[in-house]
Amino acid sequence: MPIQVLMPALSPTMEKGNLSKWLKKEGETIKSGDVIAEIETDKATMEVEATDEGTLGKILIPEGTADVAVNTPIATILADGESAADLAKAPAPQQKAAESAAPAAAKAEAPAPKAAPAPQAVAEPDPEVPAGTEMVTQTIREALRDAMAEEMRRDADVFVMGEEVAEYQGAYKVTQGLLQEFGAKRVIDTPITEHGFAGIGVGAAMTGLKPIVEFMTFNFAMQAIDQIINSAAKTLYMSGGQMGCSIVFRGPNGAAARVAAQHSQDYSSWYSNVPGLKVVAPFSAADYKGLLKAAIRDPNPVIFLENEMLYGHTGEVPKLDDFVIPIGKARIVRSGSHVTIISWSNGMSYALKAADELAKDGIEAEVIDLRTLRPMDTETIVNSVKKTGRAVTVEEGWAQSGVGAEIAARIMEHAFDYLDAPVARVSGKDVPMPYAANLEKLALPSAAEVVEAAKAVCYR
Amino acid sequence: MAAPKKAAASTAQDKTDGGSPPEFTREQELKALRDMLLIRRFEEKAGQLYGMGAIGGFCHLYIGQEAVVVGMQMALKPGDQVITGYRDHGHMLATGMEANGVMAELTGRRGGYSKGKGGSMHMFSKEKHFYGGHGIVGAQVSLGTGLAFANHYRDNDNVSVTYFGDGAANQGQVYESFNMAELWKLPVIYVIENNRYAMGTSVSRASAQQDFSKRGASFNIPGQQVDGMDVRAVKAAGDEAAAWCRAGKGPFILEMQTYRYRGHSMSDPAKYRTREEVEKVRHDQDPIEQVRNRLLAAKVSEQDLKAIDAEVREIVNASADFAQHDPEPDAAELWTDIYR
Ligand SMILES: Cc1ncc(C[n+]2csc(CCOP(=O)(O)OP(=O)(O)O)c2C)c(N)n1
Ligand SMILES: [Mg+2]
Repeated sequence: MPIQVLMPALSPTMEKGNLSKWLKKEGETIKSGDVIAEIETDKATMEVEATDEGTLGKILIPEGTADVAVNTPIATILADGESAADLAKAPAPQQKAAESAAPAAAKAEAPAPKAAPAPQAVAEPDPEVPAGTEMVTQTIREALRDAMAEEMRRDADVFVMGEEVAEYQGAYKVTQGLLQEFGAKRVIDTPITEHGFAGIGVGAAMTGLKPIVEFMTFNFAMQAIDQIINSAAKTLYMSGGQMGCSIVFRGPNGAAARVAAQHSQDYSSWYSNVPGLKVVAPFSAADYKGLLKAAIRDPNPVIFLENEMLYGHTGEVPKLDDFVIPIGKARIVRSGSHVTIISWSNGMSYALKAADELAKDGIEAEVIDLRTLRPMDTETIVNSVKKTGRAVTVEEGWAQSGVGAEIAARIMEHAFDYLDAPVARVSGKDVPMPYAANLEKLALPSAAEVVEAAKAVCYR
Repeated sequence: MAAPKKAAASTAQDKTDGGSPPEFTREQELKALRDMLLIRRFEEKAGQLYGMGAIGGFCHLYIGQEAVVVGMQMALKPGDQVITGYRDHGHMLATGMEANGVMAELTGRRGGYSKGKGGSMHMFSKEKHFYGGHGIVGAQVSLGTGLAFANHYRDNDNVSVTYFGDGAANQGQVYESFNMAELWKLPVIYVIENNRYAMGTSVSRASAQQDFSKRGASFNIPGQQVDGMDVRAVKAAGDEAAAWCRAGKGPFILEMQTYRYRGHSMSDPAKYRTREEVEKVRHDQDPIEQVRNRLLAAKVSEQDLKAIDAEVREIVNASADFAQHDPEPDAAELWTDIYR
């Protein structure tokens, strides 16, 4: 029977892609390993290699088709001795057929909520954006790139270095185009030597240069954490204020999808423990841009925690010549009076979804996006809790000594008398991240758990 | 470098760099062919399952590099340990781990070597002395040196075979390990799999010293460059290095010159090299074709070779079948194996 070629998944997070080009025509002979088509994902153009031999029977999805779901049959290959007449025997090219052929496909999807546009349930206008400002729709990936490019244009002391940031255009394509605009002197590919290049960045920063050090992911920054904490964070103090370092350490943090224990860790609480560091972990595209610009200008070392699951999400970014959001200010993204939900970065996905759910049951949640973890905007949290009397924290990291624990402590210190219930924490489970799809799902927090926690503190 | 070591290193060099390596017996050729084919077919299948969404996360295929692990394994004896990074499927199959267990780990099922909890990058087998399966580039080098430390401590004659890439060879802990390994004369073979690229970075863009066999020079560790596409050359170099280690002379570095045919992982568009470059290696140096051609020249029939391919395909297909039908781990597994 003819073999169906399915739209392949080419990355842990890919759900669909554009079929940009067919490189083989119907009737052409195909050997295993031949490139038969090119497909485009949000990250890159990729080649589809045939894994079977035969002739290309029928092209089911013409070139130029956008948003072809993974596992959709895109062509049929006829084995030796089969003819076009055999095509009728191939299952009809329906999405359903593909799904039943690959029962695990659905489970292999990323566990985190990942509807393409970031939840825009923003009830509160952003105070940083003047009313009437024109907005552009951008992915978070683009917002980050623009932030770096703008700051590099503005200040010749700013440079970027890290693994695959230049010629490869970034492992996650965040530094796309920077090499072309700024050249190899300022966009620097490093060997795989995190501890070394982090230290080089800190040393350069001690003389006044302003490095942006990209870690391919923050999991690999553990190789470099000594330089980050012992050198970057403490030098200003140890030198009696003579020299510090203006440096940004940035990259994706936290769980991606199915990449298991060593590649799925949330370092929010690790860095937020350290005096001398500032720690930023935004959620919306606008915040990614405005806060990265602020981080690059800041005279201190800033840990800028991004999230791979969010890179492709789009949001409205103000079209301003110089849009900078101050570090250290949380934002109320949804106002409510019954319970305060506090989160940051991808945790906001669960928080906002939960707030929608809660609203259906008549519970109005106030959702705070912390945006900066250190210095923490205690005032915004406390003021909200004074109003609602109840609080739930949401984080992907582990609960023990987590950021949620810190928030709970601050609420207890500053708003104890206003609390109607103990603060509840929703967090990643107290286990290393498992690979199996079902276990990974269980290990991560969910909107349902946030709903449950919110109801519990509301005694509902 | 101390005189005797230099001598040992250069004899090895003479054998493999000049002329062809020692011939294999027909039995050895057949075994090498079968073991390399198993890895090749297994990886092709894994790539297919990934495309279907049955495998998630990162999946780094070993296609093109098969001669390295197969040749090295032929130089080892039971009890020797093996450790590597995340491009590990080939190493596991070479140590004799079951295709079913490896494939089921790739699909995250309970029958996988790590009960589905580790995935492609993290598998282990106490029974086969396979110590993983590590995701942090370079970390396995210190760990592998630790395995050798334990051998030394216990005074046994096991050798630790510690594999890492050309990119990993730039990590600092590699050199910390080199120093201690030589200082304490630990029985470890450092196998640097130089496949010319670390993700999208070619060796010349990342390495000041591109001759990896010299990377131990300042610690007096002998090293040798080996044609990693010729399984016989690999085995010969492995024999020599293992003998060196077992004689109590300390570590040995083997730079395996090899090539990966596929992208770094499944999501690598591989724009940093030309298609022609890949095609040329495939065409001129393929490790499996080399053995197949020698066997055919030695009058082994096509029929016999096809039978080996069929046997291997059956194992691989069965593993894919098992890996797709085996149930996911029980939810309670989330909470096990954190402490004991
Ligand atoms: C400490 C660390 N930094 C970065 C990465 C991301 N990464 C994974 S593999 C890889 C390339 C390694 O190349 P090489 O050592 O040559 O091995 P190969 O992939 O070629 O087998 C990189 C940069 C990582 N896993 N760990
Ligand atoms: Mg390499």
